[in-house]
Amino acid sequence: MLSSQSIARIDREIAKYPADQKQSAVMAALAIAQEELGWLPGEAIEFVAGYLAMPPIAALEVATFYNMYDLKPVGKYKISVCTNLPCMLSGGVDAGEYLKKKLGIGYNETTADGLITLKEGECMGACGDAPVMIVNNRRMCSWMDPEQIDKLLAELK
Amino acid sequence: MDIEIDGKLAHVPDGGTIMDAAQQVGAYIPHFCYHKKLSIAANCRMCLVQVEKAPKPLPACATPVTNGMKVFTHSDLAVKAQKGVMEFLLINHPLDCPICDQGGECQLQDLAVGYGGGASRYQESKRVVMYKDVGPLISMQEMTRCIHCTRCVRFGQEIAGVMELGMANRNMHSEIVTFLGRSVDSELSGNMIDLCPVGALTSKPFRYSARSWELARRRSISPHDSLGTNLTLQIKNNVVMRALPRENEDVNECWISDKDRFSYEALNSPARLGKPLIRIDGALREVEWNVALDYVAHALRDIARQHGGESIAALGSPHATLEELFLLQKLTRGLGSGNVDFRPRRRDFSTDGKRLGVPWLGMKLAEISQLDAALVVGSFLRKDHPLFAQRLRQLARKWGKVSLVSVSADDPLLPLHARMAVSPADLPVALAAVVKAAAEQQGKPLPAGVESVTTCAASQAIARSLIEGEKSAIFLGNAAEQSPYAGQLHALANALAELTGASCGFIGEAANSVGGHLAQAVPTSLNAYEMFARPRKAYILLGVEPELDCHDPQMATSALRSADFVVALSAFADGAACDHADALLPIAPFSETSGSFVNTEGRIQSFSGALRPFADARPGWKVLRVLGNLLELPGFAYETSEQVRADITPLAEGFVGGLDNGLRESALSLPGKAGGLQRIADVPIHFADALVRRAPALQKTRDAAAPAARACAATLARLGLSEGATVRVKQAGGEALLALVADATVPPDCIRVAAGHALTATLGEMFGAINVERA
Amino acid sequence: MAILGAINPMLSVGLDGDNAWRLADYVKRGGYSALRRVLEGKLPQEQVINEVKKSVLRGRGGAGFPTGLKWSFMPRSFPGDKYVVCNSDEGEPGTFKDRDILRYNPHSVIEGMVIAGYAMGAGRGYNYIHGEIWEIYERFEEALAEARAAGFLGANILGSGFNFELFAHHGYGAYICGEETALLESIEGKKGQPRFKPPFPASFGLYGKPTTINNTETFASVPYIINLGGEAYLDAGKANNGGTKLFSVSGHVNRPGNYEVPLGTPFATLLEMAGGVRHGRKLKACIPGGSSAPVVPAAAMMECTMDYDSISKAGSMLGSGAVIVMDETTCMVKALERLSFFYYEESCGQCTPCREGTSWLYKVVHRIEHGHGRPDDLDLLSSVTSNIMGRTICALGDAASMPVQSFIKHFRDEFAYHIEHRKCLVPVELQRAGSGFFKASV
Ligand SMILES: Cc1cc2nc3c(=O)[nH]c(=O)nc-3n(C[C@H](O)[C@H](O)[C@H](O)COP(=O)(O)O)c2cc1C
Ligand code: SF4
Ligand code: FES
Repeated sequence: MLSSQSIARIDREIAKYPADQKQSAVMAALAIAQEELGWLPGEAIEFVAGYLAMPPIAALEVATFYNMYDLKPVGKYKISVCTNLPCMLSGGVDAGEYLKKKLGIGYNETTADGLITLKEGECMGACGDAPVMIVNNRRMCSWMDPEQIDKLLAELK
Repeated sequence: MDIEIDGKLAHVPDGGTIMDAAQQVGAYIPHFCYHKKLSIAANCRMCLVQVEKAPKPLPACATPVTNGMKVFTHSDLAVKAQKGVMEFLLINHPLDCPICDQGGECQLQDLAVGYGGGASRYQESKRVVMYKDVGPLISMQEMTRCIHCTRCVRFGQEIAGVMELGMANRNMHSEIVTFLGRSVDSELSGNMIDLCPVGALTSKPFRYSARSWELARRRSISPHDSLGTNLTLQIKNNVVMRALPRENEDVNECWISDKDRFSYEALNSPARLGKPLIRIDGALREVEWNVALDYVAHALRDIARQHGGESIAALGSPHATLEELFLLQKLTRGLGSGNVDFRPRRRDFSTDGKRLGVPWLGMKLAEISQLDAALVVGSFLRKDHPLFAQRLRQLARKWGKVSLVSVSADDPLLPLHARMAVSPADLPVALAAVVKAAAEQQGKPLPAGVESVTTCAASQAIARSLIEGEKSAIFLGNAAEQSPYAGQLHALANALAELTGASCGFIGEAANSVGGHLAQAVPTSLNAYEMFARPRKAYILLGVEPELDCHDPQMATSALRSADFVVALSAFADGAACDHADALLPIAPFSETSGSFVNTEGRIQSFSGALRPFADARPGWKVLRVLGNLLELPGFAYETSEQVRADITPLAEGFVGGLDNGLRESALSLPGKAGGLQRIADVPIHFADALVRRAPALQKTRDAAAPAARACAATLARLGLSEGATVRVKQAGGEALLALVADATVPPDCIRVAAGHALTATLGEMFGAINVERA
Repeated sequence: MAILGAINPMLSVGLDGDNAWRLADYVKRGGYSALRRVLEGKLPQEQVINEVKKSVLRGRGGAGFPTGLKWSFMPRSFPGDKYVVCNSDEGEPGTFKDRDILRYNPHSVIEGMVIAGYAMGAGRGYNYIHGEIWEIYERFEEALAEARAAGFLGANILGSGFNFELFAHHGYGAYICGEETALLESIEGKKGQPRFKPPFPASFGLYGKPTTINNTETFASVPYIINLGGEAYLDAGKANNGGTKLFSVSGHVNRPGNYEVPLGTPFATLLEMAGGVRHGRKLKACIPGGSSAPVVPAAAMMECTMDYDSISKAGSMLGSGAVIVMDETTCMVKALERLSFFYYEESCGQCTPCREGTSWLYKVVHRIEHGHGRPDDLDLLSSVTSNIMGRTICALGDAASMPVQSFIKHFRDEFAYHIEHRKCLVPVELQRAGSGFFKASV
């Protein structure tokens, strides 16, 4: 189901926890699976659950609780925009609107070419850098004024 | 800890909660998520109460008591908090009790009457939750009604031992789901229906067939496994509509298995036998009772006269009542035959005549929770005895070391201390290894006969746990009793008990596995195996379906086919009996007759008929009594089943006497290595008796899947067969076509082929030699 | 620059940008000397805890609970495993200080945790890092590797015989995991659903073992306390409010960012350090301690000093030290609507009042904001909040309620205007200009 590199990464995560607490690695393992597959299909969740010897439904609970997991396919790039109050005061909502207009999609939608999915995010702990957005759960982009957004989109295209 | 609740004093142990204390003084605190058998979640917040000096209301279910605490369950603060929670619970809950299946038996409805406000202040749109299909037993049609108490989830994790339901998502979008819409397959799943405080989880077979207030409630006892589960049967228009647990902490606690719950459907089966049938010119014809009884009495008398009493044999079901089995043996003996038995799946009878008393569990069921260690020998634990397994599960979750020595590595869904999974022929050897390890650890002389075995880490660990446990127990399961080495296993278990100080006993296969002995339904001549191995002229069958219930169905059927006369007392008209019986007499199942079952701990539980017998069916004890009368046998002048019981055991309600698992002269001698392939036959949970076989909803579960031939990868490789193929399975002249399944739980050189199913009724012995070839 | 400004700093001393986070830099700044002092000096555990008690270091995660006292709750004689857990799940809107501590000064957290582990006899620690700051998680992993290689982590640290292992665990998007018991559940590989307390983590924590959880900044302060001495640390702040604190200033200011100042520094000073209100506009209100803290109107805020006691006197909380500044362009209904959405979205869903109540609150505020308010909605909102507060498993219920109560209390007219006129009191164009996103429109 997963590449040997991903399995090796999961094994490294498992090693962080006491030997009888493999389940602790489930968040990391799901994240690694998502990174490899682009999203989290049911089989991946079941595979992770099996690998960590936990019930598949318990892994599903985790996958559906934390909102950075994508249980449906997303575009090649997922852009999550923080619109929470501190960001909103400094243009977070506007940045989201700007992106929507530029991409011609709304939140939770993907561009027709499958390139970009737009999501509304909650506080990312970087309010001082507002507007902020995250690409593919990994790369945080700060001070995203129209110019910066244009630059980002050009880079992703 | 002394605490005061609404002015009443309560004394609870350290660590007790306000809820515990309230229950003690009889103060009712409203609650939903709290359940005495489940872990505390404290999520519904309905049980908020006022505690002196606490600034906020506290949840009674989760707040530990402290000395001198003063609690007010109905103060303004408490009631205001409870009302606030009720309002929250109702804002997204449909307010359509009149059309809800749970209406009339809904905790939310009951409490809303007391705590709900008048008009709703909630004007927004309500949450809608998609229905789910989780199999034939539980309906999740109305998940919008769910109040997120997570009782069902905790039940799976804690009681059933398998987490099948979970709460996905978060916030108000949380919802109870199975993994990707899979079915709920636990053999205890139906209890979630009872646990659900609202109408979210309901019984699929029962839904909308009756309103709770239309139902008459009758006490009954489950006729299936040996636990003696207490039931309430709910009846409308002389039809059983539903079976529910009747709480008995010492027996089934508040649970029942799905088999206990849903097999009532068989009582209403179109296959019920409603009229006596006799064979005339080769065809079965309906006749009046007097005609049928005369016919049967004549036939039996004639055969006894012509061929001697010993040409007659009688086989009763271990699910039959005490009274029926007693009269069956009396009738048979009255006809001059000692060929009577009630143990159709048994193969080895070497302990007959050597037992010091009636075999039983060796302890009370309620004592299981105090064990330190337990060893189960020869059992498909969960499927053979779901609630017994549940008790062991709770033990293992706490401190108990539970080990398993058996013929497969099925998952008992409980943390095992150690396990040995061996072939049927090696089962005595495996147990002997534990005996040897125990002797070595205790520094005691090795019992003669087990010198040759070698111990292993598992057998040593098991022996140690039994020795170290202050209270430990050995339980012999169905497969041990059905084993061709049952006598040896019994003797070995006794030896192990002796060495370790453990108690020793039998879990017992069926509702009357203990009772049959008390009823003396055991042979003085041919036993359940021999009566077919040496075919008789006439057979009397009471509630058994030999093609499904016998150790060697092929042998049994051919004996029946060649007999001159077969009479079957049965509740059903659709079995193989129709092919070989000369007379079929409709008898009442447990729900329609009075009678008694003696459970595995020796508890005698009598019940009366919950409803009138179906059509012309009659209670079995009455039919046997009339037959006795017609045959002019002495001692059949019973008026009531109570009189019959009084002849068997003096006790009214309580425990029977004469229980003893000891054996006279029990020499140990281990079987040699078996060559070739051996069969392992489990009796699947929903094929184990005549009722459950005919329960439609249960027959749609995964547990009722058609039997396959299962073997481990090594065996498959050795045979040159691959998974998925259809194979011809052969045993002594008989054969069956089955799908081949790779199954790592099957020991090497074994093929697991279930018994109790029409597909395998053509095969031979449950644990005998077997052949497999490509079909 | 890492930290935009400071007065008498400790944590941010020597941090100038992104290039001083490595072990060598930290050691150059005097890093790990506190750990040496503790381990090589064989300081009794009791004494370390006492030093922390004397410092009156109050938990920087939000509740402001005295750290030394918390540490003393750990059963010292407990024979099995014990854990120290760092809460870097910074998700409280407005708070972004822990990110900078981990980014620019990760070893201070590691050192603080090792000292904590020693003081409480714990052999293992985890740092739970907010899911959205992945790059920082990776950096922390690197810092851990450095510390391990240098012998500051692992077996027999500095030859003292003390063993301590520390690992990073990353979150994946759930605010509630900032709540300490939800965080423990999350480390255990479950949904982040808070546990009912008691039992408290000190007796039943991670994997059921005694556990102490502190905020990133709390741990990061520990080495400074050991080096300075508890009393000197206390004196750096003000009575009952020991030390300096990082304040995350966001919203309508000219220079949003982190500022380290002594507790007790006037708000006006902090505002000034942050460049004042954006474009010189008028201050309307301020949320002084993260989104869960009650909002404080401008006038009252200008009177405050930045410490637990002063802010609490003003009817709010210092919380995590996240200062959200709102100027006259802010529509308070819209601001509350966004916060209410956040709590509704982030409710873990387990307990009834929070699960149902937060969605109800949001729906009503949303309705008001969108011109469908009803005259009795404000009473309804306060009644619903009082049915949530104090009745939930964790404090998220309170956190969701306090903004609603305080916004209505201080800006009732604005809400009433919305309900009556079905539109904002603050003109929409002004609101749009306030964010400064479209520079052209300024
Ligand atoms: C809903 C909720 C969210 C919280 N979020 C955080 C957080 O992001 N970071 C944090 O350190 N503490 C957070 N806390 C507080 C923690 O529960 C805990 O009190 C704190 O980590 C203890 O550390 P301290 O004593 O060092 O402050 C939160 C509490 C609640 C109820
Ligand atoms: S208050 Fe909210 S977040 Fe906290 S436990 Fe209850 S539902 Fe979960
Ligand atoms: S019964 Fe106590 S919170 Fe549900």
